Amino acid sequence: MSSTIDISLGPQHPSTHGVFRMNVTLDGETVTRLQPVFGYLHRNHEKIAESNSWLAAMPYTDRLDYICPLTNNWAYALAVEKLAGIEVAERAEYIRVITAELTRLQNHIAFLGFILGDMGAWGTALMYAFREREKILDLFESLTGARMMCNYMRFGGCRCDLPAGWLEAARQVADGFPAFLDEMEALLTGNEILLARLQGVAPLAADRAINGGMSGPVLRASGVDYDIRKADAYGIYSRFAFRVPRGSVGDCYDRFMIRVLEARESVAILKQAIASIPDGPVVNPKAKQRGLRPPAGEAYGRIEGPKGELGFYLISTGGDRPYRFRIRPPSLINLTLLEELCLGTKIADVMVILGSIDIVLGEVDR
Amino acid sequence: MNDLVEAIRAGVPGAGVDVVENPGPSAQHALLLAGSTAVAVAEFLRDSQGWDFCSNVTGVDWPARKVREVRKTMQDGKEISESTELDVPGCLEVVYHLYSLKNKLGPLVVRMRTGNRGDDVSVPSLTSVWKSAEFQEREAFDLFGIQFSDHPDLRRILMWDEFEDFPMRKDYVAPDDCEYEPTPHDEILERVNARRGEA
Amino acid sequence: MNLPGAGLIQGLAVTARNFVGSYFEKARMTTEQYPEERPKLPENARSFPFLVFDGDDAEAGMRCVACKICEKECPPQCILIVQDRDEAGKALKRPKVFEIDIAVCMSCQICVEVCPFDSIRMDQDYELSSFDRFAPLVLDKAKLLKSNEYYQSIHPTEAAETDARLEADRKKKEAAAAAKAAKAKPAEGAAG
Repeated sequence: MSSTIDISLGPQHPSTHGVFRMNVTLDGETVTRLQPVFGYLHRNHEKIAESNSWLAAMPYTDRLDYICPLTNNWAYALAVEKLAGIEVAERAEYIRVITAELTRLQNHIAFLGFILGDMGAWGTALMYAFREREKILDLFESLTGARMMCNYMRFGGCRCDLPAGWLEAARQVADGFPAFLDEMEALLTGNEILLARLQGVAPLAADRAINGGMSGPVLRASGVDYDIRKADAYGIYSRFAFRVPRGSVGDCYDRFMIRVLEARESVAILKQAIASIPDGPVVNPKAKQRGLRPPAGEAYGRIEGPKGELGFYLISTGGDRPYRFRIRPPSLINLTLLEELCLGTKIADVMVILGSIDIVLGEVDR
Repeated sequence: MNDLVEAIRAGVPGAGVDVVENPGPSAQHALLLAGSTAVAVAEFLRDSQGWDFCSNVTGVDWPARKVREVRKTMQDGKEISESTELDVPGCLEVVYHLYSLKNKLGPLVVRMRTGNRGDDVSVPSLTSVWKSAEFQEREAFDLFGIQFSDHPDLRRILMWDEFEDFPMRKDYVAPDDCEYEPTPHDEILERVNARRGEA
Repeated sequence: MNLPGAGLIQGLAVTARNFVGSYFEKARMTTEQYPEERPKLPENARSFPFLVFDGDDAEAGMRCVACKICEKECPPQCILIVQDRDEAGKALKRPKVFEIDIAVCMSCQICVEVCPFDSIRMDQDYELSSFDRFAPLVLDKAKLLKSNEYYQSIHPTEAAETDARLEADRKKKEAAAAAKAAKAKPAEGAAG
């Protein structure tokens, strides 16, 4: 006969990805119940957007998934373009793809660092990843003016054109990336401790993943062949040749490796986009930014963000501010199955499972 | 869209389903489901029509509003416009966006409306059909006050449990936060002093 | 055949290569010793807004006309503008009060984008800390006004483009005024 212990993991636990708490009930070291508690970072972005104009909501989208601001910007711009029927300038489409794939790269290598930190390898892999990530953030700073809170996409294009020499610098980063990924793989992938802690932990079947609303790398790690860049082919993704990696078992190791493989595919897309970017304006001159009044109606626009399917559901009543501004947060919805994944595993596995889902609290709580 | 409605009416006898047109350029029209048959229709959509992925669940607040209808009629050879004001009652609405991963289709928008914004705020929960709706329905309950019947765990998710009122409603008044401000200044300090003077 | 521990040894080899290599290759020694070494910011980097004035006198050369568009479009509403009025109460095209609360400002640059008069631009100064949380972080007009030469030194490309455009607009206005004066002269000659 044993009694259970209730532990509150967080919100200040060093390996959580923000202020995230889990009420875990343990029988010895095995998890019998897990309830996620969040809302510590709830800023009610959706309400703020209802009292500001459509353009003013753009810098707030940076602050959702704060590691990937440019893809958040693109998702919102895409939803408004669907709502108002705005066409995007050609050169801007290429810039959007380049910045989105750079964002995906720096998110996935930061993930490698974070999950190693979750496992207790404090700082080593993280600092290697951040050293490489700095190069991408420098690119963002010279393009948009800020390393993280970029506020770069506009309705119908981008805010400003690429500065002189930026494409060449981006090409050098893209060329140097495979060597860095090889170094990370040499550091990590054969590591026995990593294999013992990740393989076989929390396998997720494909039908459970689909029913539970998983999206992004977690869904593909469970074997589902679904990438919104191929399924919806938003922007100009249909012009680029890239593969979509798929896992088999859906355990933590699959979720880890799939991001490494996706990073390699992102490098391929980057090289193609940098090679074929045309000249032209970077924003549709007929699109209004300030004072935009989309016609009454609603639209749901989504992209394949680095964390999963990031969608914006916008309702307009013809005015100059949104009537309803809904963010479909991939991190929150990927957490729906957290309890199911963690039941029966050990307490140490809980951190690894949470790390492998890759959440950011700015997006969970908005 | 109309084919889908007919298939639903054939597959789930007595199903209450209508089409809600979306006037904007995105042309994402919606199905409006009646609460009594909503779960059966959802299961039909998931199992027979292949809508296996519930992507987004959200609430919308439509307060009661007056809508002016202008009608132009001919009378004695002159055109007269009559305007009548209609009272559109308020309601809360839940909107679901469904995708089909199998057939690579989507989005299919499904809506349910409550009776009013006061006491009749219950709709059936679709968590038993798509588990991804669980947290999002909790959020719609938390921020809008929509009660989901048969939800496995309906409690607040983003606000703390003892919080009252529903922040995303259009008539929500934010509380005076001078108690939460650790170092009040300017007008917040005036309000804090006024309140301390009262107390 | 993998010896147990081979993966660990391989990882340690990577770490060792980076450690020893950092003595020889600059690329592996990535720490910047701030504040002795300051980062070189790219030209586009932005921190907080400032007001541009032409010439030597800040108040006289100020480009801002208090149109209040930036105040309206600012997402966190951190700008406060009060328009100046003369003794008769008529509105003047200058602000009496122009304050930005940089504790609230989120450096989004929307005020710069919407300004029709090229009068507000983004600064690059990030060393702005103070000991008081409130008063020193509200920048008033005097602290915000900086010269066009300063703007040219921090954002050369942008400043050059803005100066060229303002110069072209000025020339066009002068040409239009000269054409109007030329049209008026023959009428005077005829009348006189």
